[in-house]
Amino acid sequence: MPEFVPREHASVRASVLAPFLALALTVVVSLVLFALLGKPSGAALHALFIEPFLSWYSFSEVLLKTGPLLLIAQGLAIGFRAKVFNIGAEGQLILGAICASALPVYLPTSTSPWLWPAMMVLGALGGALWASIAALWRTWLNASEILVTLMLSLVASQLLNYLLLGPWKDPAGFNFPQSVMFQYEAMLPTLLPGTRVNVSLLFGLAATLAAWVLMQLSFLGYQLVVGGLAPRAASYAGFRGGRAVWVSLLLGGLAAGLAGAAEVAGPIGQLQRSVASGYGFTAITVAYLGGLRPLGIVLSSFLMAVITIGGDSAMVTADLPVAAVRVVQGLLLIFYLAALVGVRYRIVWSRIATQATS
Amino acid sequence: MSGAALLRLQGVSKSYGSVHANRAIDLDVSHQSIHAVLGENGAGKSTLMKLIYGVERPDVGKIEWQGREVRPTSSAEARRLGIGMVFQHFSLFETLTVAENISLLVPGTKAALAARVRDLGATFELEVDPNAHVHSLSVGERQRVEILRCLLLDPKLIILDEPTSVLPPQSVQRLFGTLRLLRDRGVSILFISHKLEEIRALCDTATILQAGRVTGRVDPRQASSRDLATLMIGREMPPPPLHAKAKPGPKVLEVAGLDHATDDPFGVSLSGISLDVRAGEIVGIAGISGNGQKELAEILSGEVALLSAQRDVIRMMDRPVGHLGAAARRRLGFAFVPEERMGRGAVPEMPLTDNALLTAHDRGLVRRGLVRRQHKAAFAQACVEEFDVRTPSVQAEAGALSGGNLQKFIIGREIMLEPKLLFVAQPTWGVDIGAATAIRRRLVALRDSGAAILMISEEIEELFEICDRLYVLHKGRLSPSLRVQGTTVEQVGEWMTGAAGEPAHA
Repeated sequence: MPEFVPREHASVRASVLAPFLALALTVVVSLVLFALLGKPSGAALHALFIEPFLSWYSFSEVLLKTGPLLLIAQGLAIGFRAKVFNIGAEGQLILGAICASALPVYLPTSTSPWLWPAMMVLGALGGALWASIAALWRTWLNASEILVTLMLSLVASQLLNYLLLGPWKDPAGFNFPQSVMFQYEAMLPTLLPGTRVNVSLLFGLAATLAAWVLMQLSFLGYQLVVGGLAPRAASYAGFRGGRAVWVSLLLGGLAAGLAGAAEVAGPIGQLQRSVASGYGFTAITVAYLGGLRPLGIVLSSFLMAVITIGGDSAMVTADLPVAAVRVVQGLLLIFYLAALVGVRYRIVWSRIATQATS
Repeated sequence: MSGAALLRLQGVSKSYGSVHANRAIDLDVSHQSIHAVLGENGAGKSTLMKLIYGVERPDVGKIEWQGREVRPTSSAEARRLGIGMVFQHFSLFETLTVAENISLLVPGTKAALAARVRDLGATFELEVDPNAHVHSLSVGERQRVEILRCLLLDPKLIILDEPTSVLPPQSVQRLFGTLRLLRDRGVSILFISHKLEEIRALCDTATILQAGRVTGRVDPRQASSRDLATLMIGREMPPPPLHAKAKPGPKVLEVAGLDHATDDPFGVSLSGISLDVRAGEIVGIAGISGNGQKELAEILSGEVALLSAQRDVIRMMDRPVGHLGAAARRRLGFAFVPEERMGRGAVPEMPLTDNALLTAHDRGLVRRGLVRRQHKAAFAQACVEEFDVRTPSVQAEAGALSGGNLQKFIIGREIMLEPKLLFVAQPTWGVDIGAATAIRRRLVALRDSGAAILMISEEIEELFEICDRLYVLHKGRLSPSLRVQGTTVEQVGEWMTGAAGEPAHA
């Protein structure tokens, strides 16, 4: 029987090895899974993990996907470390997209160079506002932010549907549920010429730096971590629990809202339903896979983007169903969480032999 | 004693990494005896008991039980052999009731167990409500549950780890009566303590540990306290703190008619609490825990703030603070050492440096919202050196320190804040004699420097040793102020059980 003996200190070696072990296990189990599906396993794996690096185009698509995942996951991880569980980033992303879209929808002829920056600000505020509803319920009525943020995501997608089928529907759009195409000034500048990669990747990197300063250097970050690890110590020291809830949810909402704005002003170019593509939920996985640490999240968001792009090509080259890609992402998280046990615990195989008689 | 010993340990050693907790321990526990294991905190008493109780396994050495070698690999196995244990740190599930906790180890329906709990509770003055949830119980009540659970299994040997620290004087005598009765009925007792007088009053044999080794085996009834202490700490007993007469200054804390109904269905409501503490005096609050100590501590510390209308009910440094939170009270010069060290007074997963930041952040450790790492480390280092905290470094996680060392760190941190009013709850609970004496000397020194100290404690000797005045808390009500000089332990005991003071309200 294995026994789990808590370590005196979290093992640094184990915490570095854990994600790689998880990745290795994911590869092995995926191979078996694809074989059982009757798909060419080797080709599928090649498509998943190698093809994204084979062409400049697909690699640029990986970078494009990395941006929003990185941005949202950095925001969420701050809350997760304070044990404030915002799992409704998808809703905050939708609100960010809606608020940002309001400008080009109502000012379709504006050519102001301040248009896209104003959209980013509006989007971030929209996401933060949506998250603040959950913060208000939590601090005022002690309603679980897990449920409130999740349910608000459903409300947000209905709001999106209403706008796209009603007032914001493109009159020249053949009745498709989508807004007008945005003008040039409403689009994010491209970062790498010839690709779709835009400055939203810089937002993600800036968020990484900000999150690192907040969590590693600032007293506010320290207070958040104390509140997460030992709530009674936080209240003993007089750190206000309500403030931790507000900070966590507002920062998470801000990041998700900004990501939503960058989606409509970036690869999509208009407001449409596909803006709710699951970044908000995937970012939860990304945050945990990165150990809730700012630098870890840079790696995990990139890895998750690779699997997403690789998954797209695997669907083509290896004929994998879309669900299989989701399963691979899920496996990665499960194996990582299991591997994390090794970070806090030593595994001891106890001897069975015992001379005691009863 | 004739025949084989009930329990015999030969050359037992146990190490944790580089720490030798037990080295070549020999121990014989006879049938029908009360055997003391005496030692300071960190001497290896708890480790030794865990080896006997099957929680840990020795690296080398032999354990014989009734003449046969055994290797208990779990506490369940030890219990089957007939060994029961009452831990110092309780092993109870907080979300279950008393009866449910007991039913996890003891066979029988919950109703039957509840009845037996009430019976035994009445017999041994260990009253607890079998249907109460453990999370709502005080530290003292939890220990009562542990003792009851052990007694219900009817063992041949009971190990008690510092069992008297939370009992009132009258109940200690009753517990001793109980233990003697159990011995006379053939149950041996292994009694772990650092309280010399108790061991001399109760035990037939004493094995003394120091730094993991046996330093003596004596008949405690023949030995003097001084001899025992010297064997235990390896040098002369530290003298008790010098206790000059207090020179009370202005009132620093004033509570006038505090009434507080608790939200917790198993909590204690406070009524009509009035007390004051002046600069330059130590005021104690005696009483068995579970009589409102937890609630009073939370209200005085500001962890539970009162409504704005009640702001004048509590005054600190001559300002109304009833409505203020913990941080605002601290800014006025208030500091607090809570009863629970892990998870309240300190964050176990964080290093000592970060734990210094918890309450010392206002002392230049934070500038423009950023933590100053060097100042933080220097503060923690100064605290460790000044208050003799034994730790490999200030980077060690708080959870890795022994209870006594962590307590020294927390008290040191709060004293380094130079408070005008220091409030300490159970400052020496579970702390060894050396550390406890050091802590009391520090408190007296702080008083002599002009600070006011309010101390909640269950240890009457401690209260009489360093306090100038006492109150007694019983069922959420506070006794009148009692001068320590001119008050006897028995009088305090009467207030503790509610026997005194009834006419005062008539």
